Amino acid sequence: MAEAQNIPVGSTTAGSIAVAAESTVATRMSAPPSFDVADFPVPHGREEEWRFTPLARLRGLHDGTAVADGSMKAQIDAPEGVTIESVERDDARIGKAGTPVDRVAAQAFTSFTKATVVTVPKEAVLTEPVRVSLHGEGGTTFGHTVFDVQAFAEAVIVIDHTGDGVRAANVEFLVGDGAKLTVVSVQDWDATAVHCSQHNTLVGRDASFKSVVVTFGGDVVRLHPRISYAGPGGAAELFGLYFTDAGQHQEHRLLVTHDAPHCTSNVVYKGALQGEGAHAVWIGDVLIEKSAEGTDTYEMNRNLVLTDGARVDSVPNLEIETGEIVGAGHASATGRFDDEQLFYLQARGIPAEEARRLVVRGFFAELVQQIGVADIEERLLAKIETELQASV
Amino acid sequence: MATLEIHDLHVSVETGDSATGAREILKGVDLTVKQGETHAIMGPNGSGKSTLAYSLAGHPKYTITGGTVTLDGEDVLEMSVDERARAGVFLAMQYPVEVPGVSVSNFLRTSATAIRGEAPKLRTWVKEVKAAMEQLHMDPAFAERNVNEGFSGGEKKRHEILQLELLKPKIAILDETDSGLDVDALRIVSEGVNRVRESGEVGTLLITHYTRILRYIKPDFVHVFANGRIAESGGAELADQLEAEGYDKYVKGGATA
Repeated sequence: MAEAQNIPVGSTTAGSIAVAAESTVATRMSAPPSFDVADFPVPHGREEEWRFTPLARLRGLHDGTAVADGSMKAQIDAPEGVTIESVERDDARIGKAGTPVDRVAAQAFTSFTKATVVTVPKEAVLTEPVRVSLHGEGGTTFGHTVFDVQAFAEAVIVIDHTGDGVRAANVEFLVGDGAKLTVVSVQDWDATAVHCSQHNTLVGRDASFKSVVVTFGGDVVRLHPRISYAGPGGAAELFGLYFTDAGQHQEHRLLVTHDAPHCTSNVVYKGALQGEGAHAVWIGDVLIEKSAEGTDTYEMNRNLVLTDGARVDSVPNLEIETGEIVGAGHASATGRFDDEQLFYLQARGIPAEEARRLVVRGFFAELVQQIGVADIEERLLAKIETELQASV
Repeated sequence: MATLEIHDLHVSVETGDSATGAREILKGVDLTVKQGETHAIMGPNGSGKSTLAYSLAGHPKYTITGGTVTLDGEDVLEMSVDERARAGVFLAMQYPVEVPGVSVSNFLRTSATAIRGEAPKLRTWVKEVKAAMEQLHMDPAFAERNVNEGFSGGEKKRHEILQLELLKPKIAILDETDSGLDVDALRIVSEGVNRVRESGEVGTLLITHYTRILRYIKPDFVHVFANGRIAESGGAELADQLEAEGYDKYVKGGATA
């Protein structure tokens, strides 16, 4: 029998900042993964995977009452050689990267009509990003998209979510052997949007995958980035950046399953929060299976609380079933930008607004640099400025 | 010539206890500090020395209930914290706070830009910072660390004096800069303060509990602080007297006043 080792959460608790109690990946979910929504009971809110989420604000995505009455304007701009197909649900490429793990993801799978498959062919090296723009035009929509980046291909994919609406979707990334894929997913929704999405990535042999998740807008955003490996030598870097405002709920639930030997994963998520009722949730699960010898993994979550009234729940969790690994670690810390820091910077001549900007920009700088897509970096910095101005 | 004039300053602090309410800490402070002068303010713990320092810098915890503070005739008490700094008031803090995510070099440059009114030219600025750090025996790697994060007590104080040297204020208030320093660090920090003093362009308010630092930094005036006001003023010889006799007579006098 495999020996499961559970390393406790390193946590800081200050004021309204809470770090949740332990639980293991295996026992966390209330039902096994399934493509059928009927296999999941309607959550009541006390389940481990739902206990942080405001179910009443999901507009019926979780209890079967949401109907596909909305519209989502989708546009895909891709360089030559990339193919875009609209396919039926029985297409062989669907479901290869993962299976829905909660009722909302299963609902999205059960309710979508046509899936989109974007293929970057074998050995194609794209010089321009593939840009997917999803603009909500109100109402509820369900989606399923597969990005098939074939062996030795290299691509950057930018998925940009804007507008208003209720969205539940599954997104799959198939990273072929030796391929290199960077995905930037921007959640820049209007203030009333609801977005629940599961992102499954299957990292091929010797492939590398980098994900940058940027969440700013929306009433509720709940994402599940999940990684597993199709062969040895895969590398995954998962970066996330969120700015949670008054009344917003932003939840990122990650799972990296090391199920092949000699793979690496590095997770860094950072969030800033401000305003009454701002709530950020970060769940970082890493599972190192018995077969995954030579694994090297690290995950980190940092939060910066800018005002009173904001709340962070941060739960890193590491389960290790083999001792033959290179390294495994995690860290979680939540700090405050407080009156004393403000006083210190002001006492050096720096006006309050600029002091706040200095701290937040410094906090996010290392992640912004990871994006590597100039116009997205600029937009992000501009967005941070706007968010900061709103706070003063 | 820059002059800081403190007249009949009364300051209170909220105790957070509704029964007690606000407690008065400064009870009528009169002091004039001119450019080029060094004033040592000495006194026992709890006498209000640090309150004076933080009140002058504008810390929000303290409420001014009476009196005036002017810098060259301008009302300092009307200014925000950052306006005071730009007007030329500098406070070297006893317990500088950590500012995560902001590197020392970014912080220094942002601060110098704010104080000088324009961004310093990059090439000369880098040299200027490097030279100032060398004089304070600070490792160049320091510039890339986050402000005060993981700094030792001595590193924090050197970092404060580094700012003093770079920002060149009109009035420098040093709040127990000597506390917690070993002899070597005390000497290095004092040399930094003396370099700034030698320019003749700064008025220094040196707040300390001990006479030790006065061996390195010679004050023109010594004031004994007790019970929220200046109990006695004199020249450097007053420090020697305090060294020999301690604060006992001021504390007792204060208690019955």
